[in-house]
Amino acid sequence: MKAAFDVERIREDFPVLKQNIHGKPLVYLDSAATAQKPFAVIDAIRRFHEVDCANIHRGVHELSQRSTAAYEETRTKARRFLNARSKDELIFVRGTTEGINLVSSSWGRKNVKAGDEIVISAMEHHSNIVPWQMLCEESGAKLRVIPMNDRGELLMEEYEKLLNPRTRMVAVTHVSNALGTINPVKQIVGMAHKAGALALIDGAQAAPHMKVDLQALDADFYTFSGHKVFGPTGIGILYGKKALLNAMPPYQGGGDMIKVVTFEKTTYADLPYKFEAGTPNIAGGIGLGAALDYVSQLSIDRISDYEHELLAYGTEALTRIPGLRLIGTAREKASVLSFVMEGIHPHDIGTLLDRQGIAVRTGHHCAQPVMDFFNVPATTRASLAFYNTFGEIDALVAGLHKVKEVFA
Amino acid sequence: MVHDLYQEIILDHSKRPRNCHSMADATRQADGYNPLCGDKLKLYVKVENDIVVDVSFEGSGCAISTASASLMTESLKGKTREEALKLLEKFHELLTTDSAVSKDLGKLVVFCGVRDYPARVKCATLAWHTLKSALSTELTEPVTTE
Repeated sequence: MKAAFDVERIREDFPVLKQNIHGKPLVYLDSAATAQKPFAVIDAIRRFHEVDCANIHRGVHELSQRSTAAYEETRTKARRFLNARSKDELIFVRGTTEGINLVSSSWGRKNVKAGDEIVISAMEHHSNIVPWQMLCEESGAKLRVIPMNDRGELLMEEYEKLLNPRTRMVAVTHVSNALGTINPVKQIVGMAHKAGALALIDGAQAAPHMKVDLQALDADFYTFSGHKVFGPTGIGILYGKKALLNAMPPYQGGGDMIKVVTFEKTTYADLPYKFEAGTPNIAGGIGLGAALDYVSQLSIDRISDYEHELLAYGTEALTRIPGLRLIGTAREKASVLSFVMEGIHPHDIGTLLDRQGIAVRTGHHCAQPVMDFFNVPATTRASLAFYNTFGEIDALVAGLHKVKEVFA
Repeated sequence: MVHDLYQEIILDHSKRPRNCHSMADATRQADGYNPLCGDKLKLYVKVENDIVVDVSFEGSGCAISTASASLMTESLKGKTREEALKLLEKFHELLTTDSAVSKDLGKLVVFCGVRDYPARVKCATLAWHTLKSALSTELTEPVTTE
C-alpha cells in the first residue's frame, strides 16, 4: 500500500507546490487553514468561465443548461462522498461557518427557548462557539461546554453528565483544528439522540482526511468547507436530515428559493433550494465537484493511511527537539502538529520558518479557549495533507533547529 | 538568515527586556492587546509636570513586541508628552513607509527591517499604541492593535 501512494506523482498535480520561497523550495504545512488546489480543480473553474459560463436554474439556453448540470452534479458527488441518503439533504453554503450559522439561525430560532441548553466542546473553533452564543443570548438558552483532558481528549463521562431533557443541540467538531484530536463523533451523536437532542458535527478538518459516512454517523447536521478539501474558497456543504430541513424556515429570502411570489404571500421552494437564495458560487460549486472527484480517485482511505504515517513520523521527530512541547497529544489524531517552544514566541518561529520556505500557521487558530486551557498565548501549527512528504517533515525539524540557533 | 529583522539589539532586548516590571507610583497605566497573536502588555507611565519621568511594562509577547516595548521605555524617559507622541509618529513612519529614517529615532532604527514584514508591524507597534492610550486619555478599556 505504501508503494502505491506515489506522493511525488501526486505533487505534480499541485502547481503551487513547485516554487521557491525566499530562495528555498516551498514546504507547505498549512493545509488545515486552506488546502492547495490540483490542476483538476483549477481547470474545472477555468473551463466554466471559458466555456460554460451562465447563470443556473433559470435559462433555457445551452450555456445555462450546461452550467446548471455541472453545478448540480457536485451535489450528487457530495452525496456519494459523504454517503448521504439523498442529494436534496445537501445545501450549498459559503463554508463551514455559514453551515453552522444557517442551523443556529434557522433551526435555532424556531426551536430553542429560554431555559434550553446547547452543548459544545472545549476544543471548538470560534465558528462553532459564537453562533451558538448568539443564539443563547437571543433566546435565553444556556451554553454548556464538554471539558477535555491535558492530551486534548473530550471527557465523555462529563459529557454524559451535561446531557439532560433541556439539551436541544450538541454541536461538536469531528477533528480539532488546533489540536488534531479526532473525536468519537458516533458515540457523541448517539448519546445526544438518547437524551432527545440533535447533533451537529463540524467536519471542516475531517472531510479532507478521513472517510465520512453520514448514514452510519447518523448526525442531524454535518458541514464542511470546500477549500479545505482541495476545492476553492467560498463554497461548502451543509448536510441536514430531510425532515429537519423541511421543518426549518428559510435562512435567507430571495431568488431561487421560491415557488410562487405575490405581494401577499410567498411559497418556498422544495429542498435543497429553500436554503439557497440568490445566485450562488457557481464556479466554486463546480470546482468543489472536481475536488471531490480528485480525492475520491486517490481514495480517501489510502489518504488516511499515508497521512497517519506522516503524522506519526512528524510527532516522533518533533518530540526529539529539546524544549519543544506538543499541544494536543490525543490517542486519535489527524494531520495536525501544534506545538510551543520554550522561550520562543510562535510568531517568531513562524517568521523564521517562512524565511526558510516553510509555511506554518501561528496564533490562536480561531480557538482562543483552547489556548487558555493549555495556558499558552498561541501555538505554531504544522498541518499535513497527502501531498506532504517525509522529507518536508525533516525540513521542518531542520528549520526549527535553526530557529533555536537564532534565539540561543 | 533573517538578520535584517532580528538584529542583535532586538534579540538582546527580547531576551533581557529593560524596565520590565510594574510601577507602584505610576500616574498612568494602559493595557494593550494584539488579538492576532494574543500578546498582552501592561504599560506604566509616570508623568510629572508634563514630562515622562519613568516608564515600565509587563507582559508576554514575541521577540519583536518585547524588544519594541523595552527599547521604547528606554527612549521615552525625560521626554515631554508632546515629544513622546512625536516619536511615536516617527516610529510608525519608520515601520510603514519608505521615508528616510529620522535620526531622532536613535536606537529605534533597528526596527526598520520590520517594514519588509507587514504581518509583523503590529507586533512592533503594540507598546506604542498602548503608550498613546496611556498618554492621551483617562483609561477605561484596554486598547487593541485592531
